[in-house]
Amino acid sequence: MLWLLRNVGKAVIVAEGATELVGLDPLLICHPCSFCLFALAGSCNSCEGINESVLCLFQMRDLKAVGKKFVHVMYPRKSSALLRDWDLWGPLVLCVSLALMLQGGSADSKDDGGPQFAEVFVIIWFGAVVITLNSKLLGGTISFFQSLCVLGYCVMPLTVAMLVCRLVLLAGAGTVSFIIRLIVVGAMFAWSTLASTAFLADSQPPNRKALVVYPIFLFYFVISWMILTFTPQ
Amino acid sequence: MATADDLKFQEFDDAANLLAANPDATTISIDEPVEIPKNQHSHRQEPGREEDDELLGTDDSDKTELLAGQKKSAPFWTFDYYQTFFDVDTYQVLDRIKGSVFPVPGKNFVRLYIRSNPDLYGPFWICATLVFTIAVSGNLSNFFIHLGKPTYRYVPEFRKVSIAATTIYAYAWLVPLALWGFLMWRNSKVMNIVSYSFLEIVCVYGYSLFIYIPTAILWIIPQKVVRWVLVVFSLCVSGSVLVMTFWPAVRDDNRRIAVATVATVLLLHALLAVGCLAYFFDAPELDIPAPIIPAHNGTTVITKSH
Repeated sequence: MLWLLRNVGKAVIVAEGATELVGLDPLLICHPCSFCLFALAGSCNSCEGINESVLCLFQMRDLKAVGKKFVHVMYPRKSSALLRDWDLWGPLVLCVSLALMLQGGSADSKDDGGPQFAEVFVIIWFGAVVITLNSKLLGGTISFFQSLCVLGYCVMPLTVAMLVCRLVLLAGAGTVSFIIRLIVVGAMFAWSTLASTAFLADSQPPNRKALVVYPIFLFYFVISWMILTFTPQ
Repeated sequence: MATADDLKFQEFDDAANLLAANPDATTISIDEPVEIPKNQHSHRQEPGREEDDELLGTDDSDKTELLAGQKKSAPFWTFDYYQTFFDVDTYQVLDRIKGSVFPVPGKNFVRLYIRSNPDLYGPFWICATLVFTIAVSGNLSNFFIHLGKPTYRYVPEFRKVSIAATTIYAYAWLVPLALWGFLMWRNSKVMNIVSYSFLEIVCVYGYSLFIYIPTAILWIIPQKVVRWVLVVFSLCVSGSVLVMTFWPAVRDDNRRIAVATVATVLLLHALLAVGCLAYFFDAPELDIPAPIIPAHNGTTVITKSH
């Protein structure tokens, strides 16, 4: 129960931090302990620098944790660091940047253009939630937010692919550029899927691994398709 | 010679009291013969119904129904209740998919593969895969059809994904709901041999949609004949799975209602296939004679584009 409160508290803080980034009380963000939901008005003993400005929001500790997770995704090994200290900052940043980069394609046609910002956002987060629920219903032992954290961080290779695609499209939009984009997106798709499988596969029952891996494959395939079919204005 | 007393009516005491008076008397006990409950189905066995056994799997259907009653005992607001619907292993899902793609004539899909363990994994993820397959294949097919034209600009057509998702999930969940309600209503009027639970019907519909996934990929080929052959073939395969499942459930009913029910099931299935083909895949153009191009040696060449 205590664990649940702690993690729900973390999630609420992260969710609130995502939407009200500027106007949020630094007391709420800096407080790492579990009962800050109930201690909003009180003073916080363990938060150093209670009177500091919003810089308290991005403590160096948190930034280092996020950075370490990015490195773990680049070189996926079976380490539990990504799973233990989950956070949703990295996935949020990746998702927003990917959705922003997917804008600007066929902007004039309302009907048949690329995905809107909200659509990309919903697909990534709703897809991650559905996959997590699926793995938990099949008997997985991983926690809800840990799984969301892994799936979100493993979108990073695809975000890099999107960046490369936009740069290649600046040079031209012919067949050669399409082949380059196809190879890059294909490689990053394989990397994402393998990275997330490496982290998540151990927590699944052994005779249901394929049932859990297939939705992850489908998820990254859909994101790769959105990246590959991006056509600039 | 019997005395007058012997011929008078006597009331006999309880057996215990009599035995207490005379412990050495021989005793006989008569028990009621125990009624062994016969298998209900055997009462209705007629010579022409042997195929029922194969279709229904009567030898273990009683046992599996008992087991099913014991399984889902968690209340519906707990997570464990929903976990019972995902109690399948990889090989079971693959077996069910194989059974929907290669229907054995005369075998009921529900009795043979599902066996009172309906899962929601198959229906949900097959529908999700089908949604994205149709959207992606439709987009690719339109791209290849319109490729050479100078006025064509490629658009990803992302709106169609939401339309595909709404259509396919509505079909895979609302049609089983309607069919289940209809079967329950007829069940109250006519005593059917077979009645399916709602989840078993959802399961059959979900797995029967699997054949449309490779069909949608093959629909990229821009030939009308090929596409219609694929429609007919996939409709036969998945339609036969549905017919062999639902015919035993409505056979005892009024003949016209039974035929109408099965015909409606097949008609809706066909409507889904044809509707997806018509909406997501542009019609491949017929052969149009292109403008006359003068060749090198002076003769004119008419080229055809398709």
